[in-house]
Amino acid sequence: MSVYPYIVAGWMMVVGLFGIGRSRNLIHMILCLSVVQSSTYVLLLAVGFRRDATAPVFQGIAPWRRAVDPIVQALTLTDVVVEATVVALMLALAVDAHKRFGTLDPQDLRPQRG
Amino acid sequence: MTVLECVALTLVAIAATAVVLVDDPLRQSIVSSFMGLFLSALFFVLQAPDVALSMLGVTTVVIPALVLLALARVRDVVPQDDHAPGPEEEAA
Amino acid sequence: MKPAHRVAIMLAACAGLLGWYVWGVAGLPDFGDTVSVTGTTILHAFAGERHTTNAVTTIVFDYRGMDTLGEELILFISVVAVTLLLRERRDESEDISPEAERAESHPRGSDAVRALGVATVGVTVLLGLYVVTHGQLSPGGGFQGGVILAAAFMAIYAAGNFVVLRRMGPADWMEPVEAAGAAGLALLALGGLLAGGAFFHNFLPPGPVPSTIISGGTIPLDNVAVGIEVFGAMTLLAAEFLNEAGIARVRGRSQDDEG
Repeated sequence: MSVYPYIVAGWMMVVGLFGIGRSRNLIHMILCLSVVQSSTYVLLLAVGFRRDATAPVFQGIAPWRRAVDPIVQALTLTDVVVEATVVALMLALAVDAHKRFGTLDPQDLRPQRG
Repeated sequence: MTVLECVALTLVAIAATAVVLVDDPLRQSIVSSFMGLFLSALFFVLQAPDVALSMLGVTTVVIPALVLLALARVRDVVPQDDHAPGPEEEAA
Repeated sequence: MKPAHRVAIMLAACAGLLGWYVWGVAGLPDFGDTVSVTGTTILHAFAGERHTTNAVTTIVFDYRGMDTLGEELILFISVVAVTLLLRERRDESEDISPEAERAESHPRGSDAVRALGVATVGVTVLLGLYVVTHGQLSPGGGFQGGVILAAAFMAIYAAGNFVVLRRMGPADWMEPVEAAGAAGLALLALGGLLAGGAFFHNFLPPGPVPSTIISGGTIPLDNVAVGIEVFGAMTLLAAEFLNEAGIARVRGRSQDDEG
C-alpha cells in the first residue's frame, strides 16, 4: 500500500494510452493525452512528498521546518501551463484536419496527394 | 498513507478512467475539468499549493474553453446540423 | 485493421505495460520516505540567500531559471504555431457581410450570465495581479497569475458577444504583449550575464527581511514578465479559437438566410 500513489500515476498513464488507441475522434484523443500528461504530475509530486512535512512556503513559519521537496514542484508548475498550450496546438491541428478532410475520425484521415 | 491521501488519489484515478471511457467529446471536456479539480485537491493534500493553483486555472478555465470553442468550430460546418432557431433568436 | 482487433491489441499491450510498471515501482522507497539532497540543500539556503519565503518560486525563477526560460519558449512557440495554423486558411472566411455582422451584434445569452460576467471581471483581475506580484512570498507567481488574468478576459467574452470582441481586436494587440513578456524574461536573464555573473544570475539586491513584495532581487520582475507572457498567450489562444468558432457561426447563419 505504500506505493499506491505511484500505481495511481501508472494507472493514469496506461488508461490514457488505451484511450488514445481506442479513440475515434481527434478531440477525444487530445483529452486522453491530457490524462497521460497529468500522470507525470502525480508521479513527480508523489516522489517529492515527505511524511509530516509542510509545504515549501515559509511565510509566517520558521524556515528550518521540515518541508516536502520543492524541486519537483517547480518542475510540475511550469509543465502544467505548458500543457495547456500544447493541448491548444493539438486542437488547432484537429480543427485544421477537419477543414481539410471534413472528419475528425483518425481512421478516415488519408494522406493527401498532389 | 492517511485516509485523506487515499481518497484524493482514488478520486483522481476514477476521474481519469471516466475521461477515457466517455466517448462524446462535449461531455468528456466537462469530466476532464472534474479530473482537474480532483488533481488540484490531490496536489493540495500533497503539500504543493503552487501546483494546485496552476492546475486549477488551467483545467477549469483554459482547456475546457478551448475544447468547447474547437467543438463549436467543428460542429457548425457539419451540413446536417439542425437549423431550428435558438431561444434568443425567437425573442429578438 | 478492425476496431475490435485494435482495442484487443491495445488492452493486451496496456495490461502488459501496467504489470511491468507495477513490478518496477514495487522496488521504490515507500511513499513519504524519500529525501532529496538537492531539495534539502535549497530549503536550508534559499531564505538567507534570496530573502524570499516561497521556495518553489525561488527555484523556478532563480536556481532553475534556465529551465523556466526553455519552458516559456515552448509556450511561446506553441502559441505562434496555433495562430499560424488557424489563420492560414482563414482568408476566404474573413469576408463576413455587414448584414450578417449586424444580425449577430445584438447581445446573446441571458441577462443573468452577462451580469455575472461583468461582476467577476474586476475581482478576477485583482486576484490575478495579487497572485503575480506575491509569487515570491506566498503560493502563486507569474504562471498562475497569468492564467487567472486570462480568465478575466474570458469572463468579458461571456458577458459580451463575438462581434464586439472582434472589433476590439484582442488577437492583434495580444501578440506584442506576449512577445514582450517572453523578451522580458530573456532580457532579465541576460542582465545577469552583463552584470558580471552568469546567465540568470540574480543581479539585484535581495531586498528587505522580513520579506516584502520587492524581496528576492530579480524574482519579482521575472514573475511580472512571465505573468504578462502567460496572460498574452492564453488570451491570444482564446481569441484565435473564438474567431474560428464565431466566423463559422456567423457564416452558417447568413447561408441559412440565403437558402
